[in-house]
Amino acid sequence: MTVIWVQQNFIARMLRNRMAVCGGIIVLFMFFLAFVAPFFCQDPGAIDVSRRLSPPSPAHFLGTDDLGRDVLTRIVHGARISLLVGFVAIGIASVIGVTYGALAGYYGGKTDAVMMRLVDIMLCFPTFFLILAVIALLEPSIWNIMIIIGLTGWMGIARMVRAEFLSLRERDFVLAARVVGGSDLRIIFRHILPSALSPVLVAATLGIAGAILTESALSFLGIGVQPPTPSWGNMLIAGKQTLGTAWWLSFFPGCAILVTVLGYNLLGEGVRDALDPRLGD
Amino acid sequence: MLRYIFRRLLMMIPLLIGITLISFIVINLAPGEPTDLQTQMNPDVSAEYQQRLRLQYDLDKPLLVRYGKWLGRLAVLDFGRSFASDHRLVRDKVLERLPVTIMINLLAILVILVVAIPLGIVAAIRRNSFFDKSTTILVFIGFAMPSFWLALLLMDLLGVRYGLLPVSGIKSLGYEYLGPVGRFFDVARHLILPVLISAFGGLAGFSRYMRSNMLEVIGQDFILTARAKGLPEQVVIGKHALRNALLPLITILGLSVPGLIGGSVIFETIFAIPGMGKLFYDGVMMRDYPLIMGVLVMGAVLTLAGNLLADIAYAIADPRIRHSPASR
Repeated sequence: MTVIWVQQNFIARMLRNRMAVCGGIIVLFMFFLAFVAPFFCQDPGAIDVSRRLSPPSPAHFLGTDDLGRDVLTRIVHGARISLLVGFVAIGIASVIGVTYGALAGYYGGKTDAVMMRLVDIMLCFPTFFLILAVIALLEPSIWNIMIIIGLTGWMGIARMVRAEFLSLRERDFVLAARVVGGSDLRIIFRHILPSALSPVLVAATLGIAGAILTESALSFLGIGVQPPTPSWGNMLIAGKQTLGTAWWLSFFPGCAILVTVLGYNLLGEGVRDALDPRLGD
Repeated sequence: MLRYIFRRLLMMIPLLIGITLISFIVINLAPGEPTDLQTQMNPDVSAEYQQRLRLQYDLDKPLLVRYGKWLGRLAVLDFGRSFASDHRLVRDKVLERLPVTIMINLLAILVILVVAIPLGIVAAIRRNSFFDKSTTILVFIGFAMPSFWLALLLMDLLGVRYGLLPVSGIKSLGYEYLGPVGRFFDVARHLILPVLISAFGGLAGFSRYMRSNMLEVIGQDFILTARAKGLPEQVVIGKHALRNALLPLITILGLSVPGLIGGSVIFETIFAIPGMGKLFYDGVMMRDYPLIMGVLVMGAVLTLAGNLLADIAYAIADPRIRHSPASR
């Protein structure tokens, strides 16, 4: 009963938060674009040289690029890439961060001290340097990008989960679980973890926004998702040369990034406020 | 105080070792050998030369031995020679690029503080006002804005279309012929866009942070006391509240160092600024291993130094930290 009540309360609080609702709508819309729209759109690689660099018009709402490809179609397909990168990268970061933080926080003491030192070390690196170095040494495929964004993004989540575990492990229900003979792993993952997950939800939502930005920055530098696969970052850089004459090539992909990242950020902040009303503004 | 600084310095040693270890592992993740680029791409290279290079870089020895040797050279600040055609020492290459990057980042931090602090204060004391709500929306847009996109648009608008500002490098062509005042203004004009762009991302975060700090402080009892004893509101906010709300900002400044350094890759590439970020990007593109390793380690050490400075500044500013048992 209480669980249901808490959930209803959570949803009600989310719906009352106008900015969170906006964020949710943006995120849902991007999902819609990514999953449904490609079936209705033409091939994003369809080249039509007779229509090179045509400005936005009823036939091509957002214009065409230097090969006559429809910008809107490519943005819609780019949404799938952004979504994929965001979710997989943050999925990897969350799994590592949650497991790492849970083990450090549960065992505490020396284990914790040593494990957290590694987190401190990882946090010293300018993340973008680290990502750049690894991507350049391997090769800039979309899978490498997702993995490396995940591998360099788990530290914040690990710290949060550890802090939750340090306080939760002192609670009576943990003692009770131990008394009835629950193994450490069972206590960690079945008993404590569910109570420690809500801050992870917030961090993951905000993290997706960060991962989308990072991927677009990498693509912008030419070492992200490689053409001809359309990603918002590589469309943006492709339009750089013709910025003066064909502004729509860079402008609209940038807008897509801005709006999507905004959506995830608003949603993430909304979830945070709804989970913890004390923080609410 | 000295003991506190000494203790902090000691704590940095394991971190430094960890940093070098991770940098070393990252570089050795790469398939093939670091010398491949020099040898395989070049058909004139004989097997003999290849072997000599392998010996020179100790590629015939086990990984751990190589790490030990590299660490030994690092201790005397020897990062090796760049693979680029100039074959210069990595240390010299990095050191000559460092000042530009540090200058731009310091200016960016200055801009962030000058704009974000007042913005955060006003938003906090006029909570839920029109001003507060509009800055909140601006903050979210600022968070979501891809800085490279903004840079491109501003370059096109201000640089190309209206010709108001230069869009690449940090000096004009005729820089040598200018007087000292002219040189200053020339560099200043070149720096406006890069500094604004690199400040932009931090602006949103800092003003938001300042606002929530201020709100938290205003809610505390000593503010109530200050008001109760009849102090004017300016003194309550400007002195009692502000001082306490500014303190945590020091830590956040320290924490934002890696982000700023990392971000320098993007804006230095866009604006063709000869700084550390551009050096790193070029090195990455050419697979210049000694350079990549050198910059990776230097970037992390700079971050460590930034954090240390922030902690020391915090201890100086806040007697509660200085006198707490944990810090002695």
